[in-house]
Amino acid sequence: MSTLVFLEHHDNELLKPSLGVLSKAATLDEDVTGVVLGSGVKEIAPEAGKFGAAKVLVVDKPELEAPLPQPRVDALASIVEAGGYDTVLFAASVLSADVAAGLSARLQAGLNWDLTDLVLQDGELVGKRPALGDSVFVDVGWRSEPRLALIRAGTFDPDSETRSVEAQVEEVDTQFEDFSTAATMVERAHAESEGPSIEDADVIVAGGRGLGAPENFKLVEELAQALGGAVAATRAVVDAGWYPYSTQVGQTGKTVSPKLYIACGISGAIQHKVGMQSSGVVVAINKDPNAPIFEFSDLGVVGDLNEVVPKLTELVRQRRG
Amino acid sequence: MKIAVCVKHVPEQARRIDPETMRLDRSGEGAINPFDVHAVEEALRIKEAHGGEVLIVTMGPTGAQDSVRKALAMGADEALMITDDGAAGSDLVATTNALAAALEQEGADLIVFGQQSSDSDGAVLWAAVADRLRLPVISQVADLDVSEGTVRGKRQTEFGYDVIEAPMPAVLAVSDAINEPRYPSLKGIMGARSKPQRSVSLSELGVDAGESGSKTTVQALNDPPPRGDTVKIEDDGSAAEKIVEFIADRKLL
Ligand SMILES: Cc1cc2nc3c(=O)[nH]c(=O)nc-3n(C[C@H](O)[C@H](O)[C@H](O)COP(=O)(O)OP(=O)(O)OC[C@H]3O[C@@H](n4cnc5c(N)ncnc54)[C@H](O)[C@@H]3O)c2cc1C
Ligand SMILES: Nc1ncnc2c1ncn2[C@@H]1O[C@H](COP(=O)(O)O)[C@@H](O)[C@H]1O
Repeated sequence: MSTLVFLEHHDNELLKPSLGVLSKAATLDEDVTGVVLGSGVKEIAPEAGKFGAAKVLVVDKPELEAPLPQPRVDALASIVEAGGYDTVLFAASVLSADVAAGLSARLQAGLNWDLTDLVLQDGELVGKRPALGDSVFVDVGWRSEPRLALIRAGTFDPDSETRSVEAQVEEVDTQFEDFSTAATMVERAHAESEGPSIEDADVIVAGGRGLGAPENFKLVEELAQALGGAVAATRAVVDAGWYPYSTQVGQTGKTVSPKLYIACGISGAIQHKVGMQSSGVVVAINKDPNAPIFEFSDLGVVGDLNEVVPKLTELVRQRRG
Repeated sequence: MKIAVCVKHVPEQARRIDPETMRLDRSGEGAINPFDVHAVEEALRIKEAHGGEVLIVTMGPTGAQDSVRKALAMGADEALMITDDGAAGSDLVATTNALAAALEQEGADLIVFGQQSSDSDGAVLWAAVADRLRLPVISQVADLDVSEGTVRGKRQTEFGYDVIEAPMPAVLAVSDAINEPRYPSLKGIMGARSKPQRSVSLSELGVDAGESGSKTTVQALNDPPPRGDTVKIEDDGSAAEKIVEFIADRKLL
């Protein structure tokens, strides 16, 4: 195997999910290469050695300043072709999913996504992919090389103990296609510190689009208050401007593990699940009996949240006095 | 302005993978991927604001006709379908090649995708199609501005909200929060049947899709890891009491 791992970075730091995938790759292939694409990123590359990268390739270009996918496809395509890599691994993110998919089209290379494990079976790389709302676990493979894979967010933890090496850092050049640099970033995301913090709460009451209107978040807030917990939200309602981003749970939001998670009017998309799957007890209230959330709830209530939640708040208040 | 919208026909309920073919069972009732309804709606709004036409593009089984009709009933103008038995079992590369070949001949100013397909959760196809068509792409767009030859999208990443701008022609994927889709009117439903619907085969497109054009495989199906005891109840007016009991039993109250 000859594996390349895409190392995403933000604010001058390599990101944990990428380093987790790198650590995993190092257990499958002794000779893993990491790749860092950006502008002014040379200094952060050596860090990857701690997580098992024998070599780190760096493309340092102004075109790679903004975290946009298409110039990264150009860079990776030339690196994969020149280096003959047979496997390219990505930790799933908004950026890396677009990079991986673009690379798949460019190289006509198979991409498997949402993998929660990678194993070698009789020398062949096999991906483990929970599918259909995680109701079936599929073994997936590739018909040809290079093999591309996106690993589900939060799957592998970085390991800086077992395979730490002194990484050899090498700068490489690349050419960009015209269309790849056509999109530009007008405003760049920055950490928003406003809003409540939900990471340390023992009890979380989360609301989704099933609340029907922003003002109905009141129902969720009152229940949270009665339980002494915090309020969380899905991306659908955050994107719609109903609730602040700082309360969002999921792939592009927070990862939480409260003792109790009560989901109200939330369908249970995988991207939401990855942010709350290590919660202790999950209770879901949803009017659709087929909602995926019931696949990972300890107690599922098929019902109208407008009926159930106010009653629940009242009962909790009575019990807690 | 010409706006193409890529929609997928997905199985409605009781989704299962057929252990014989290792493919998703698409024999039952299907419907338009709910995420793609937002893409259709957004295209219609752009058309209403700027003029133009909306073309629905889909690759899928013959049942995909139902999804196309729903989009036409909402107000789209015409449809292009890749309905070819040879397309069954297409993976990302195969689907990309087929859709890109079909779209290439249409010369759309905007190509709009939904957030993800509900049966595969890839959330990847747009970036692959954009690369094939050599067009700029903006994904996860929750807020869209279209003006004189450019599109501007606000979208969420792991770090907050970006704003990205691209010249047209461009590829977009929209978030499920971008709009509240309309329901087709009776007039729309009646009118849908007479709108132009074209079909194209893979050989006409000169594309090898289906399993032979795919680069990935499904090798085995396994049961998910067992879960602890779980309870699912229907609210008969006493659900709130039952929740209280449930969490009190677990010393969480
Ligand atoms: C790259 C990417 C990243 C993403 N990141 C995240 C993330 O970090 N976090 C996240 O949450 N999502 C994320 N998503 C979006 C995710 O895929 C879903 O679209 C989103 O979680 C859906 O939110 P929802 O459950 O509130 O809305 P919906 O999916 O619309 O679900 C609403 C639910 O409410 C139920 N309902 C309606 N009315 C009632 C009622 N009266 N009583 C009870 N139930 C009712 C409905 O049956 C339905 O199940 C991401 C998607 C992508 C592609
Ligand atoms: N077979 C298809 N035909 C047309 N469009 C599709 C098809 N499959 C997926 N799409 C579009 O691509 C988006 C993302 O799909 P996916 O990457 O499979 O999650 C969907 O929301 C649709 O807009």
